Amino acid sequence: MSEVAIVGVGCTGLRPITPELSYKELMYEAAVKAYEDAGGINPREDVDVFVTCAEDYLEGFSIFDEFVPDQLGAALRPLFTVSGDGMLGLAQAYMLIKTGHFYTAVVEAHSKASDILTYMDIVQFGLDPIFNRPPGGHPYYIAGLEMNRYLHDTCTTEEQCAQVVVKNKKNAILNPYAAYGAEVTLEQVMHSERLFYPLKKLEISTPADGCIVMVLASEKVAEKLTNKPVWVKGIGWCTETPSLETRDWTRAVYTRIAAEMAYKEAKITSPWREIDFAEIHDMFAYKELQHMEALRLCDYGEAGKLTEEGLTTLNGEFPVNPSGGLLGMGYGLEASGLQKVLEVVLQLRGEAGSRQIEDAEVGLAHTWRGIPTATGAVAILSNVK
Amino acid sequence: MFGKKRVAIVGAGVTLFRRNLKETGKELAYHAAKIALEQAGMELRDIQSVVMGTAPDAFDGVHMKGEYLADGAGAYHKPYTRVFVGGGTGVFAPLAGWWHVASGQFDTCLVVCEEKMSSCYPHPQYAFTTIFDPILERPIGMNLIWIFALEMNRYMHKHNIKKEDIALVSVKNKRNALDNPMAQLAANITVEDVLNSEIMAWPVQRLDVSPTSDGAAAAVLVSEDVAKEVTDNPVWIDGVGWCIDSTHWTDRDLYYPDYVEYAARMAYKMAGIKNPPKEIDVAEPYDPFDYKELHHMEGLLLCKKGEAPKLTREGVTQRDGDLPTCPSGGLLGCGNPIAAAGMMKVCEIFWQLRGEAGKRQVPGDLRTGVAQAWGDLMQYGSVIVLRR
Repeated sequence: MSEVAIVGVGCTGLRPITPELSYKELMYEAAVKAYEDAGGINPREDVDVFVTCAEDYLEGFSIFDEFVPDQLGAALRPLFTVSGDGMLGLAQAYMLIKTGHFYTAVVEAHSKASDILTYMDIVQFGLDPIFNRPPGGHPYYIAGLEMNRYLHDTCTTEEQCAQVVVKNKKNAILNPYAAYGAEVTLEQVMHSERLFYPLKKLEISTPADGCIVMVLASEKVAEKLTNKPVWVKGIGWCTETPSLETRDWTRAVYTRIAAEMAYKEAKITSPWREIDFAEIHDMFAYKELQHMEALRLCDYGEAGKLTEEGLTTLNGEFPVNPSGGLLGMGYGLEASGLQKVLEVVLQLRGEAGSRQIEDAEVGLAHTWRGIPTATGAVAILSNVK
Repeated sequence: MFGKKRVAIVGAGVTLFRRNLKETGKELAYHAAKIALEQAGMELRDIQSVVMGTAPDAFDGVHMKGEYLADGAGAYHKPYTRVFVGGGTGVFAPLAGWWHVASGQFDTCLVVCEEKMSSCYPHPQYAFTTIFDPILERPIGMNLIWIFALEMNRYMHKHNIKKEDIALVSVKNKRNALDNPMAQLAANITVEDVLNSEIMAWPVQRLDVSPTSDGAAAAVLVSEDVAKEVTDNPVWIDGVGWCIDSTHWTDRDLYYPDYVEYAARMAYKMAGIKNPPKEIDVAEPYDPFDYKELHHMEGLLLCKKGEAPKLTREGVTQRDGDLPTCPSGGLLGCGNPIAAAGMMKVCEIFWQLRGEAGKRQVPGDLRTGVAQAWGDLMQYGSVIVLRR
């Protein structure tokens, strides 16, 4: 029994640059597609609440939601910002509908990364100003440190991490929404520059522009709007701690807690068996492996081996990141959570084209808010009510 | 409301509001959360979810400020979300807390609002220059005082309102704040003091404006079942409403906040309120500027358009009047740490309805109160209706 379904999705991009479109135009285009996809709804009348997901520094504005209502059709309507990933916005929309006071909700998240001239400085501003910022340097060194610790604790090899890149970029070739699909070999990944030891250049996802808009609806409304609803079976999210000094550096605890919350709601006990495929946050290649373990898809330290053996490829026993992941699609900043949800929705509707997974009934979408956070979210979706 | 879940506030906490507090933002969030939990008789381990409200990152110079504040707000290892609607955030955050519980997803939610404006040097007004459109507006070099001067002017012109009547709001709120131990700018001033204060951008003068502040406020929200366990005196969130107007503030008439009216109508409908002035016993309209309290009383449908100055002049909005507004002292008296200031208003209504407001207590049998905040570029309204 499910109460909330995703009834419409729209996506613009993702592309490395979009010089001909402003962020507002990206949003408008994605919104129009989503409203069309949801049975041609009129946002000015048919949508009860709008959620936009954005961080001020990434936008170059303070109070970004000022600039949102018009292109979504949300002027003089209830709208608010979640300063966070799109999947956190999805969680708010989900809860709003579950209150029984709202029947339809729209969630928007986007990236205009190509407009950001100083991305690394912005990430640097995310560090604690007193304890962590003074040493300076490119903040992705935190990912290098974490990867090192993860490899050490789990005996995962660098080749196993590199294999994630080969797989994801290959999947992305089949995805029209992906910006960075490519045939790369293990050797190419292994020989790419070590930017943050032991993290290599090709193991780091590249930012991309794009916007994703989704329409959610309550059970009754969903069944009126579409014959392909994708039901939200469970959702969970968690913040471990902002402190680099006191967090767990190998186990992605935020993902484990979020997953347990979502599994409990979706009544899932053995994820590998009960879920058909997963979209997992792979901003850095090793993160896909670390997150697979935190999601309880396999034992601690086992994800590398499964990947090496090909179990997570598109035709494998348990496909991971059929979309191409962030390594293949591009890193859509706060939209990365909705990139994951988008692929799960398309797969569950049977609309994933040449990358379609056969007979997929239950999919998992996972996100992480990137460096330097320890915040993540998990959603379990299904085409079976 | 059959089949829909009720949500209660069972504890609230506010820190001192001051310019240049020594505490960091995390510490302020911690103190407010601790006071609220203590009043609720609960501990952090009883809290299942946390909502943060805090305004622009530019104040603190911290990207993803919500993440940065997480451990201070008690969100360690918990589901945690930051919501953000500019100046409306303070009243919006408890609305987000409401749906965390009303959805049945959680039994408890800790809502924490924090603002640390003093770390923005030389003045937080600088951070506000980045809220304007970079192509159409920023080159003009305007600041917030300017645009409020435009709005105030328009409001005064439309209804032929005298500055003396507007100044009465500042006099009332700063006097109310004398009874509030956390207040930053409590004072016994006269209308003449306001009219003789420094002109900032006509018609806005120094004493028409609330100060910049540091501070935090928090509340504990729980489901009906938990409320029955922890208190005999819950205050229910019976109505929630919010609304955003178009980005283009140049395209609307500034004399009246339609977005506040829409938000209020949404909240009143949920709470079953048909005649707001009759059914609402105490109100905390958002008052960063004195004219804004009047503007918002009208938007909240507490009186007719243009009638708020008259009610103020007649003493209706005094603490012992028929419709007391800002018994806390409001932002003009208590200070304006953006998100924390809005949340403070919700805390004040909570304490007023429970009869716990001490020297600030509004006399009589209070049943229903409303708090409201306003934000973005003169475009956002958030409204909460509380009932005993």
